[in-house]
Amino acid sequence: MKLASLLARAHVRAESLAVLIALSAVMAIISPVFLSFGNLFNIILATATYGILAIGATFVISAAGIDLSLGSVLGLASVTGAFLVVNLGLPWPFAIVGCLAAGLAAGAVNGLIIVRGRVPAFIVTLGMLGIARGLALIISSGRGIYGLPEEILFLGQARPFGVPTPVYVLIVVALVAHYILAHTPFGAHTLALGDNEAAARATGIDVRRQRLMLYSLSGLMAGLAGLIFTARVNTGDPTAGLNYELLAITAAIIGGTNLFGGRGSILGTMIGALIMGVLQNGLNLMAVQAYYQQMAIGIVLIAAVWLDQIRSRGRI
Amino acid sequence: MSLLKLTDLHKSFGAVKVLRGVNLEVAAGEVIGLVGDNGAGKSTLMKTITGVYPVDDGMVRFDDEDVTHLNPGERRARGIEMIYQDLALAGQQDVANNIFLGREPTKRLWGILPSFVDKARIDSEAQKMIDRLGVRIPSIHLPVGMLSGGQQQTIAIARALTFQPKLVIMDEPTAALAVREVQSVLDLIEQMRSEGIAVILISHRLNDVFEACGRIVVLRQGSVIADLNKKETNMNEVVSYIVGAHG
Ligand SMILES: Nc1ncnc2c1ncn2[C@@H]1O[C@H](COP(=O)(O)OP(=O)(O)OP(=O)(O)O)[C@@H](O)[C@H]1O
Ligand SMILES: [Mg+2]
Repeated sequence: MKLASLLARAHVRAESLAVLIALSAVMAIISPVFLSFGNLFNIILATATYGILAIGATFVISAAGIDLSLGSVLGLASVTGAFLVVNLGLPWPFAIVGCLAAGLAAGAVNGLIIVRGRVPAFIVTLGMLGIARGLALIISSGRGIYGLPEEILFLGQARPFGVPTPVYVLIVVALVAHYILAHTPFGAHTLALGDNEAAARATGIDVRRQRLMLYSLSGLMAGLAGLIFTARVNTGDPTAGLNYELLAITAAIIGGTNLFGGRGSILGTMIGALIMGVLQNGLNLMAVQAYYQQMAIGIVLIAAVWLDQIRSRGRI
Repeated sequence: MSLLKLTDLHKSFGAVKVLRGVNLEVAAGEVIGLVGDNGAGKSTLMKTITGVYPVDDGMVRFDDEDVTHLNPGERRARGIEMIYQDLALAGQQDVANNIFLGREPTKRLWGILPSFVDKARIDSEAQKMIDRLGVRIPSIHLPVGMLSGGQQQTIAIARALTFQPKLVIMDEPTAALAVREVQSVLDLIEQMRSEGIAVILISHRLNDVFEACGRIVVLRQGSVIADLNKKETNMNEVVSYIVGAHG
């Protein structure tokens, strides 16, 4: 009872947490390595990249939108940041600026076209999925850009106090994002927009500006995820983030974000991302081929939305 | 001096001319009934007052200011509130949040973190408003989508009254209400009038309109065709204007 109210206050669904615990228990029984410290870090480390993407996805989906370009924009950001410092020889901070700016720009373009041109988000971001990936391949001539400076590698490979840097980044970003979505007018307007756009407009919320900011934020998250990815693998990789939108959107949905808008929680999404991480890691430990893993994630996504539909129909 | 002055408003949706030169004045504290057939353009006219629809031509003046080009938020800030026919509530958000939607009071968390929505204040003020309206709602923490039609209508009314409005537009506020609740809305209108708040009441129930309003305006095919003092007219005359059978 006390736990339930605590979860409710943190805007987390008890079911998501139960699934995470149950899944972890199953994995621990199947594979003795699962619960080792090293492996748990592996899970969180793998989760960090698409966990950050999933934060962007949560904001956009809560507002009844969708961003299919997340993974491609991650790749574009990775290549842009690496290109600036490795190919152009600019100082290391430009890797950070390049990644974030590329992500923000792609997101802002998405938002502008959706708002100004009234083109459905589904189409605009699907188009951007192709555009950003193409651009990443063009900038890098289709090859990875290696050899990033020490300072950047710190963001991906260092382990201050024994914990990988990306984990710190994920935790800080998630806490800030949770604060914004759950406790600020911006968050309230995001949920209201996803819930009932006409109501949001009638109460004086500037829905166009809100949308523009949401897609820009989503792009910025993809840029940040691109930076972390680049630092971790020491490569500006044009194929980075391939299919990550699938992971990010699935994490958000199984974390309790309503696909049709109006409800979403960053802490829930983090649990969703961990569920995806545990699932992938467990399948790895069981030596299941990567091809099957893709299938498994797709199945989880459809099942999560299906269950949600059954739940909400039961309620009405 | 009038509080609201509409001059020659025109509005079309594509080829459909919905408003064809509407002129109307409302004084502070005046309660007017706006009646007309289905599709006469009543809701559309009201949405041009709140700014949800921009007008094609004409001017909206409020409180001696041209508000024609202001957005809905700016007009709410000047004291124009509306209870929409479809209520305009966010169904998954709770009662208290709906009442404060678009107007969330904020504070600094721990004195540092900016724009933290003051949920405690929202809850307590929403509860006060609900109590003042004398409605029974199981909890202000319920999503409004889980409430009955009448309860939802009350939430929409509460939202319109929370921010000291000067003009409240009510588009069919009694449509979903039981007899007792209808009477309490009519009492509420009387109370607003005594506090100097102007009210525009849209209703198909002429009995209610005659009880609550001092003036009755008839809209037909996008124009005002009659502007009647309640004391100098009767229900038959109003009906004949509505159906276009007058004179
Ligand atoms: N958003 C819109 N797009 C296109 N046409 C619209 C729109 N809103 C209203 N209309 C049209 O404008 C006309 C007037 O509609 P409006 O809702 O203002 O009527 P009303 O007087 O409020 O009717 P009712 O008594 O049924 O509520 C109708 O013919 C309607 O089809
Ligand atoms: Mg109407």
